[in-house]
Amino acid sequence: MNLSELDKQIVVELQSGLPLVSRPFAVLAERLGISEEELISRVQAFQQAGIMRRIGAALRHRRVGYTANAMIVWQIPEEKINAVGEQFSQLPEVTHCYQRVSLPQWPYNFYTMVHGHSRDECQKIAEKLAQMAGCNNYRVLYSEAELKKSSMKYFMD
Amino acid sequence: MQLDQIDRRLLNLVQAEVPICPEPYKVLAEKLGITEQEVLDRLARLMQQDVIRRLGGVFDSRKLGYKGTLCAIKVPPERIEEVAEVINSYIGITHNYLREDDYNMWFTILARSPEKVQQILNEIKEKTGIEDIINLPAQRFFKVLVNFQVRDEE
Repeated sequence: MNLSELDKQIVVELQSGLPLVSRPFAVLAERLGISEEELISRVQAFQQAGIMRRIGAALRHRRVGYTANAMIVWQIPEEKINAVGEQFSQLPEVTHCYQRVSLPQWPYNFYTMVHGHSRDECQKIAEKLAQMAGCNNYRVLYSEAELKKSSMKYFMD
Repeated sequence: MQLDQIDRRLLNLVQAEVPICPEPYKVLAEKLGITEQEVLDRLARLMQQDVIRRLGGVFDSRKLGYKGTLCAIKVPPERIEEVAEVINSYIGITHNYLREDDYNMWFTILARSPEKVQQILNEIKEKTGIEDIINLPAQRFFKVLVNFQVRDEE
């Protein structure tokens, strides 16, 4: 899907937030100089094309009880990556799962993010994953502080 | 944080999806058996309390043509605040966490091209004088989930 200038403006409006009024799309449409109907159909097209996953709320996880988060970094043999990736992705405790490049000074090639209500819970999840993958080359990096967490502002950089 | 049962159900609903239709909050209200005005009031309060960080479009950065990566830098403990300020000043740096490791500051970069990502990294090296940064772009994505079930109080 190629984005027109209008589409980019729609992205900018939608990322800044959906107004808390009865007809939120009508408010945004007026700002954009188009009809409510046209805006809604463009937004639906974004979703169908997969460029927008949804309109939804991002929460402060710490405020709803998820106080611990751990990044677990793994050294998984290349030939096992597909199988391990598929396995880990099935688990609700694993929120993010990626294969990344490894470097001589940082030999880890696989990453999982785990959120829990305590460090103990994260530790238990790590042990469970290690057993599933048959891999003991891993490290659990807990976050000590959140220095920044914001949503991306597209087409504004 | 005091969240009642309706707050929790509302949070789970709005995380999953706000319907794309003329009166989305009315649709949510019907699901919860409360009025549209109450949905609006509760959402406003949850935002004001910073339980909801943002309510808006969630985009796929790759499909918008952006490149992303994860980086880590070794920062001496006494310089953490100052270095974080440099790093956090970029719009494309959306996440930055302190973690327990020699590479102690972990941040993500989103930018319109790999060259732009490299330029941001070069600027960070220049401004902080710290050369030891690792850049770990993803080769394959298996899962990216942003929803969290809001559980009942235990």
